[in-house]
Amino acid sequence: MLYRENGQFKTRYVDDAQIFPIRQDRLFIGAVLLIAFVAVPLLGSDYLLRALLVPFLILALAAIGLNVLVGYCGQISLGTGAFMAVGAYAAFNLMVRLPGMPLLIALVLGGLIAALAGMVFGLPSLRIRGLYLAVATLAAQFFSDWVFAHVPWLTNGSSSGSVTAPQLQVFGFVIDSPIRKYLFCLAILSVLALLVKNLVRGRKGREWMATRDMDVAASVIGISPVRAKLSAFAVSSFIVGIAGALWAFVHLGSWEPAAFNIDLSLKLLFMIIIGGLGSVMGSLFGAAFIVLLPIFLNRLLSFLGLQASTSFISHLELMTFGVLIVLFLIAEPHGMAKLWSTAKNKLRLWPFPH
Amino acid sequence: MNMRKTLLGATAMVALAASLAGPLAQAAANEQFFPVLVYRTGPYGPNGVPWANGYVDYLKMINARDGGVNGVKLTWEECETAYATDRGVECYERLKGKGPTGATVVQPLSTGVTFALTEKAPKDKIPLITAGYGRSESADGAVFKWNFPMLGTYWTAADIIVQALSKREGGAGKLKGKTIALVYHDSPYGKEPIAMLEARSKMHGFKFIKLPVTHPGVEQKATWLQVRRERPDYVLLWGWGVMNATALKEAVATAYPLDRMYGVWWSGAEPDVKDVGESAKGYNALAMQYGAGVGKVQQDILKYVYDKNNGTGARDLVGQVLYNRGLYSAMLAVEGVRRSQEQYGKKPMTGEQVRWGLENLNFNDAALKRLGIEGQLRPLRTTCDDHMGSSWARMQTWDGKKWVMHDAWYEADMQIIKPMVREAAAKYAKEHNITPRDCAKEMTSGS
Repeated sequence: MLYRENGQFKTRYVDDAQIFPIRQDRLFIGAVLLIAFVAVPLLGSDYLLRALLVPFLILALAAIGLNVLVGYCGQISLGTGAFMAVGAYAAFNLMVRLPGMPLLIALVLGGLIAALAGMVFGLPSLRIRGLYLAVATLAAQFFSDWVFAHVPWLTNGSSSGSVTAPQLQVFGFVIDSPIRKYLFCLAILSVLALLVKNLVRGRKGREWMATRDMDVAASVIGISPVRAKLSAFAVSSFIVGIAGALWAFVHLGSWEPAAFNIDLSLKLLFMIIIGGLGSVMGSLFGAAFIVLLPIFLNRLLSFLGLQASTSFISHLELMTFGVLIVLFLIAEPHGMAKLWSTAKNKLRLWPFPH
Repeated sequence: MNMRKTLLGATAMVALAASLAGPLAQAAANEQFFPVLVYRTGPYGPNGVPWANGYVDYLKMINARDGGVNGVKLTWEECETAYATDRGVECYERLKGKGPTGATVVQPLSTGVTFALTEKAPKDKIPLITAGYGRSESADGAVFKWNFPMLGTYWTAADIIVQALSKREGGAGKLKGKTIALVYHDSPYGKEPIAMLEARSKMHGFKFIKLPVTHPGVEQKATWLQVRRERPDYVLLWGWGVMNATALKEAVATAYPLDRMYGVWWSGAEPDVKDVGESAKGYNALAMQYGAGVGKVQQDILKYVYDKNNGTGARDLVGQVLYNRGLYSAMLAVEGVRRSQEQYGKKPMTGEQVRWGLENLNFNDAALKRLGIEGQLRPLRTTCDDHMGSSWARMQTWDGKKWVMHDAWYEADMQIIKPMVREAAAKYAKEHNITPRDCAKEMTSGS
């Protein structure tokens, strides 16, 4: 009743090619953006913004990046943590070694350096695929763990391998309060999510998807697998690298190579599998599931007014979380994005289904 | 059916939103809130649990015995970090605003979390006590206004171990030409002592080899193969959690003489040697002044907490090495509050006021007696310039069943450490645009 495109006629090609062809969707996204940019900063507590939403936004961005590679182009990668680390350390070195380097440019350059690293480690994808490629990208992970821990130049000679983000400043605003950090991450996420959404709707995205669905067929119709795969690695690593720099600079503030270890790579892979492969929306859902749910579970008992020991709570958290992942994958193997689109389809007919 | 699902979903969403909305404002009460960042699970859990029990038991005891600090009741909340930096940051953000005056002090018991919180604490005005761990250069209170690495840092620990080795060899000159290997946790924690050991290696002319072990440290075959090949004269162990027990097992398997192995104070507790037992006989470790034992303060805990069935852990674990260390950590925090109350009045203290208290602590003999830690800790005195307060330590040896304390006390050589701390702190200050405080001026003005 509410969600129906009846009466919305498309008279121009431009209308047909918009990201959200249905007016209700546009209104909905507009409302979400309004809430995210205005209501949440005004109403949210510092804890909500700083400890929950900032990590959520940054990991959602990384998940979007990974989704380009895994969800759209079909190249499984276990090296996401490595590309995040490259982005973070590259941006760090740029800012420390080149005084006066603006933060945004350092972030973009960090992303570009991560994109280069991604392309180098993406080369094996031209010969191997599937699980074998996943193992090959694992090499990137171990290489980055090692190189950032053992090459002092990369950490500016820090005696313990731990480095600290310089002061963050954009257009004269110092990004130090929770609200500013939140808005900064949200703005970057919005811009890059829009970029990805447009990329995957266009020629490049179709090349990726054709390669994903059947690379032989794709090359027969004139898509170069080299260019498709390497461009997916580059775009994915670019976004992941920016997410890594944000994770280090904005969220952690001070970090060590272990902050980007294999756990993080796996976490991001789970995010897009649970959220939905090949969907920007799904990346956001998956990030919310993996970042926010454990903390929610951890605090659930105390909100219910029950007393329990810390170790019991954290064991309970791990068990419940594991069970929920299994249940979710059984109930909807295509992820939360699929649930979302099913819900939308049902809403079209509501309240009079066939 | 659909309706029910929708309702269920909506309820879940509301519950989620409500629970994440953060702490509600609390009515001002006569309470002092302590966030307790712990890890009772994961690979470091066996070592995290006794520390956390000691910490919480001491707070319980102060409430039961004294009714709080000058009538201000102590409250606390535990938060599990699992030794992960991001969870530690979340815990800190979750707990920093609780209680009528916010968090009193933070003690993360993790070098990684300490590094992250060092950036946040000054903005939130919450002091950070890292008793026996953390950033070594943060002993310089002029730059690190909010950090208190009391009772020692990794640099003092490394320095003292080298002193003990030279004593064993019969003089520092005898170390020349020897080989000393450091088997360390490949993280900021394990890397902290390297700068110190390199400095000492240049001084005395011993060969220093670094053997990293990746987190969590259950796989060390390659490391010990290198030990077998190089045959160092001494192996220093800088591990934590499962890494310690694994290292000792590997040392036994490699047939490395255990009496030539020296652990830092985080590698010298009961959980580390328990599994190896008899075969770890002779293994030496540093003791942060005191090891295992039950003195007056521990008896008070047994009397006021455990006799009332209010203990956090099992009764016979009271007085273990890490238990005592957790207890001292809590004691430093509580005494910081007590000291600041002398200055600002007998009411709940803010983090900023406690910071002043921590900077002006003075545990003289009378204070040690009052605290019930006579014979456990040596006098400690912090100043604006020196946030460490004391750098004494002793050695202990595992005899197969228990830790046996040596008589000799060592004090870190400040001639070597001071300049290194100054240099590293100055570098940090420069990177962060911090103007160091003028401690000479602050000390004369008295606040």
